[in-house]
Amino acid sequence: MVTTNPVPDISAVRAVTTTIKDTPAYTIFRVVNAVVLVTICFVTLYPFVNLVAKAFSSQGYILAGEVNLWPRGFNLTTFDWVFHDERFWTNYGNTVVYTVVATAISMVITTTFAYALSKRHLKGRAFFVGMLVVTMFFNGGLIPNYLLISELGWKNTIWAIVVPNAISAFNLLVMKSFFENFPAELEEAAAIDGLTTYGIFLRVVLPLSKAVVATMILFYAVSFWNSWFPAFLYLSDPDLQPVTLYLRNLLAAASGAGQESGMEAVQIGANLQAVAMLLTVIPIIAIYPFVQKYFVTGVMLGSVKG
Amino acid sequence: MARGTPSPPEAEVAPGDEPAAQPVVAQPVTARAGQRPDGRSTWSLALRRDWRLYTFLLVPVLWLVIFRYVPMLGNVIAFRRFRPGGSVFGDEWVGLRYVQMFLEDPTFWRVFTNTVILGGLTLLVVFPLPILLALMLNELRSRRFKKAVQTITYLPHFMSVVIVVGFVFQLTSLNGTVNQVLESLGLEPVAFVQRAEWFRTIYVSSEVWQTVGFGTILYLAALTTIDDQLYEAARIDGANRWQQTWHITLPGMRPTIVVLLILNIGTFLAVGFEKVLLMYNPLTYSTADVISTYLYRVGLTSGSFSYAAAIGLFEALIGLVLVLSANAVSKRLVGASLW
Repeated sequence: MVTTNPVPDISAVRAVTTTIKDTPAYTIFRVVNAVVLVTICFVTLYPFVNLVAKAFSSQGYILAGEVNLWPRGFNLTTFDWVFHDERFWTNYGNTVVYTVVATAISMVITTTFAYALSKRHLKGRAFFVGMLVVTMFFNGGLIPNYLLISELGWKNTIWAIVVPNAISAFNLLVMKSFFENFPAELEEAAAIDGLTTYGIFLRVVLPLSKAVVATMILFYAVSFWNSWFPAFLYLSDPDLQPVTLYLRNLLAAASGAGQESGMEAVQIGANLQAVAMLLTVIPIIAIYPFVQKYFVTGVMLGSVKG
Repeated sequence: MARGTPSPPEAEVAPGDEPAAQPVVAQPVTARAGQRPDGRSTWSLALRRDWRLYTFLLVPVLWLVIFRYVPMLGNVIAFRRFRPGGSVFGDEWVGLRYVQMFLEDPTFWRVFTNTVILGGLTLLVVFPLPILLALMLNELRSRRFKKAVQTITYLPHFMSVVIVVGFVFQLTSLNGTVNQVLESLGLEPVAFVQRAEWFRTIYVSSEVWQTVGFGTILYLAALTTIDDQLYEAARIDGANRWQQTWHITLPGMRPTIVVLLILNIGTFLAVGFEKVLLMYNPLTYSTADVISTYLYRVGLTSGSFSYAAAIGLFEALIGLVLVLSANAVSKRLVGASLW
């Protein structure tokens, strides 16, 4: 391709270089690349598709290994069974409560801590930041934490779930760096108007930080929604357990790993598992397309400058 | 996670390195009432001026002390005899007895080896894939297609580990899809979850499924910072796409790659405890049991709290040394560090 311009200015060069025909090899590469990416998407989505198919299939077809992409022997009896299983809904409700309460506690602690730490003139700031950063690299470990919660008498209480994991040091540092870049003029103007630190924080800083606050809420909410291990450790009362633990007990019963769940392995059909899993992931999948960009922003905020 | 070292200069200027050229009036904005001429303030002045800010610190610091620092101190039970119902910090000193115990425990060394192998395999397989995927996404011309692939591949990241393990069980069960594929190829079905020799493959595959898509975010961000003029210049010089990738794209991603690699090396022993705990069973202990699951059984199933705490402390210390050395290397090589 030759340009007819005697003096190739930059836009002409650009036009030429971007319209150069692909070599045959590159065309082949592009096709292969697209095919591979589509395959990757298929593999990523397949477990979900398979899950839906199994949830709506009858037990016989599943056990015969004939359910892959779509339901066989369409059947809703398992849904009916789960919908009438009080334990499932109690546990589902617990998950909602734990997620809301834990996220609220996390946000109060994270925003106030991050705001105070973002003030460079605050005496002792380095010490408090250090105190936080140390916990990212060294933690007490399973046993001391377990003994602490037991000692506090928090076993079989909501506090064991919502308090000990309230702060994610990573989220906190993201929040802190966001507040550090908050325009100081706005805060100064508010101070001149007679607002105290509390007023500035609640009525100026937070309302103007909605995007990052939303991102943090999502990060925390998803992690609490998905959490199961603290509940497994501290909540032996089935009526207090979150739905992830209900699921875990189903899986354990099916694989024969846990006898403590008290469920007959025989009755734990593959589609009971599928139905319970499906109902657990639905809220996340439902909100995911709308909030995805916040997660990406959150990761970027954390990486560009922590 | 990665942060550039040269942090923006603090508003406060340390006494001693006050540059001679700096005019005295240069810091009226930062100079606040109550500051001594050297820019420092005393605690009483700081408290009087910022007491409201300090009240913000009360709850978080109290929380840190109770839920992070008390458990750290709680590790002393690794060196003390712990009696159920007695003090959380143990009753009497027993020195290094529990340390010696695990050093002489063959099971400990088996789980230690398993941890290194599982962590190493995960690092080896999972680390390069997001780079590859990011490069592949970068070659796409349709923004829509690219966006769709990103949206789909990020999704597994948000799934609970319980759900992921549920998927693993469903797909690898005797009537699951994997075995159906094997059967259609004329192979014998395999009870994957009960076979120790398959555990690592299954574990690493599930990690790939869950983490590779989301792992591209930072690389894709790095790609957007590469100057288009570099590609133009290369095209004018006659570079084909492959040469452009090799000489422009990859070097542009290198700092990100190096930082993430070093961070991953620093944390590679922290294999997914929760996932292993959900996935393994006594039949697969020989390959699946890792340090954290072993200490979980020793401590919480058998009640040997002190012994388990000793193992936990050992693991935490190795982790700390790895992270610190990785960070030091990172600082040296690419000038990026965690703090």
